[in-house]
Amino acid sequence: MMTADEMTGVIAQICPMYLVVDSAGLFRFAGPTLQKLRPDMTWKRKNFFDVFDLQRPRWVNSMDDLLKTAGAKLHLQFRESPQTSLKGVLVPLPDGQGALINLSFGISVLEAVRDYDLTSADFSPTDLTIEMLYLVEAKSAAMEASRQLNLRLQGAKIAAEEQAFTDTLTGLKNRRAMDHILERLIGSGTDFALMHVDLDFFKEVNDTLGHAAGDAVLQSVARVMVECTRHSDTVARVGGDEFVIIFEGVNEPKVLEALSKRLISNLEEPVPYGGQMCKISASAGTTLSVWNAPPIAAAAMLHQADLALYAAKRAGRSQHLFFEQGMQKDELQAATQGQS
Amino acid sequence: MHGLINRAIQAFVASTYGEERWNDIMNNADLGFAQFEAMLIYTDEQSNKMLSAVERSLERPLPEILEDTGTFLVSNPQVEALRRLLRFGGVNYVEFLHSLDDLPDRARLAVADLHLPALELVENSPGQFDLICQPGLPGFAHVMMGVLRAMADDYGDLVILDHRGTQDGAEVISVTLVETDFAEGRTFDLGAHAL
Repeated sequence: MMTADEMTGVIAQICPMYLVVDSAGLFRFAGPTLQKLRPDMTWKRKNFFDVFDLQRPRWVNSMDDLLKTAGAKLHLQFRESPQTSLKGVLVPLPDGQGALINLSFGISVLEAVRDYDLTSADFSPTDLTIEMLYLVEAKSAAMEASRQLNLRLQGAKIAAEEQAFTDTLTGLKNRRAMDHILERLIGSGTDFALMHVDLDFFKEVNDTLGHAAGDAVLQSVARVMVECTRHSDTVARVGGDEFVIIFEGVNEPKVLEALSKRLISNLEEPVPYGGQMCKISASAGTTLSVWNAPPIAAAAMLHQADLALYAAKRAGRSQHLFFEQGMQKDELQAATQGQS
Repeated sequence: MHGLINRAIQAFVASTYGEERWNDIMNNADLGFAQFEAMLIYTDEQSNKMLSAVERSLERPLPEILEDTGTFLVSNPQVEALRRLLRFGGVNYVEFLHSLDDLPDRARLAVADLHLPALELVENSPGQFDLICQPGLPGFAHVMMGVLRAMADDYGDLVILDHRGTQDGAEVISVTLVETDFAEGRTFDLGAHAL
């Protein structure tokens, strides 16, 4: 028959966080790792319920109750800080001598190792805690590497988008694409017309019905513009609600007059969104490459179309005007008037 | 070859010889990129092109470069995570050596598609070991030489290592433990890492 000391020596090897309590709930022995958690405390003859707050099962209020939990999982934590949570299981000792309780950290092991400066010597060699700590670190390192990769990929995606020629919301060409096409047309000496279209009342839709409604309107606008133009024409979204249409091979205004009327009237068709009708209109200004003496500058033509658009807006919106010499913007007019 | 392995060599070369040298090497390797990603897989051909370009540029034999890479992986603070993971293997150097049998499995626990060659430790007599590195990753034994040397420093032990060549297709490293606690090792706190 083993003595109590021999027996606790054996248990300490296997379960370094064991406790032996007597039938009154007072500690008789505590394992070395458990003692390390409260180095300044004298464990012997302290009451289990004074040191630990037993959280589950909730019906346990006395040592007699505790003995009845035999074999079930116990959830407890230290009453004093750090209130490390522990798991445990109780086995009654024969002849009413109390009980053996084995404790472990459970998931709180990560904090416990830090808080109490534990080493692998504090765990039984068969305990998987060290493997778990290893795994947590290994996975954190691997996750970090993956996160870095994701960040770099996101950066690459943004860079690729910057180099793209397509406006992702509408599927139309973007400003970069428009610049390239203008350069190509001017370089090859092809005649073309350039129409600058700006939506009217779009801001109201955005403000009252939200950005999602605004996005739906922009997508509808894009569809209308593509439908109203030929395959060889280019429709580009160059700003929030600004569009440029390039009509390749057009050298007289007549066809554009009819087209612009049809375009504006189609754009005025209300767009249903979320049970509401979004109503917008558009103003447009156009210039032709044949009205410019070579060498033709893309910037100058964009400016002419812009001035025509501006004049159309001023003339009461929902209109289309061709560029005419002498068209000016208000602030420019005001500035020159101020000078004269 | 797994991106982690390529990336390890990149980290060693770039931090020892400079980023510029690494970029030159990758230009010569002509792979179309300059940075390996740790979490992607590269073909053996890509890795071999990089390794030969490294060898040409540094004008040193590849085994030596690989051994230095192994040392770098354990001793450089930049890759502290790996050293910590290796230290989980045991509380002293001998325990660490025995844990090497599990190294490929441990690596796979962390990164499921990282396959390292099997390692087997044979204890010939107390303090005298042979580490048998199975084939599968050319040069792995040389990297392990560097790792073993640096880990001995980490534990503060004095060891003699010798690459004994190839036996039955497997490379053999002999490890002789001359003195334990030869020097003060580096500390290792289980929970020091911020999660």
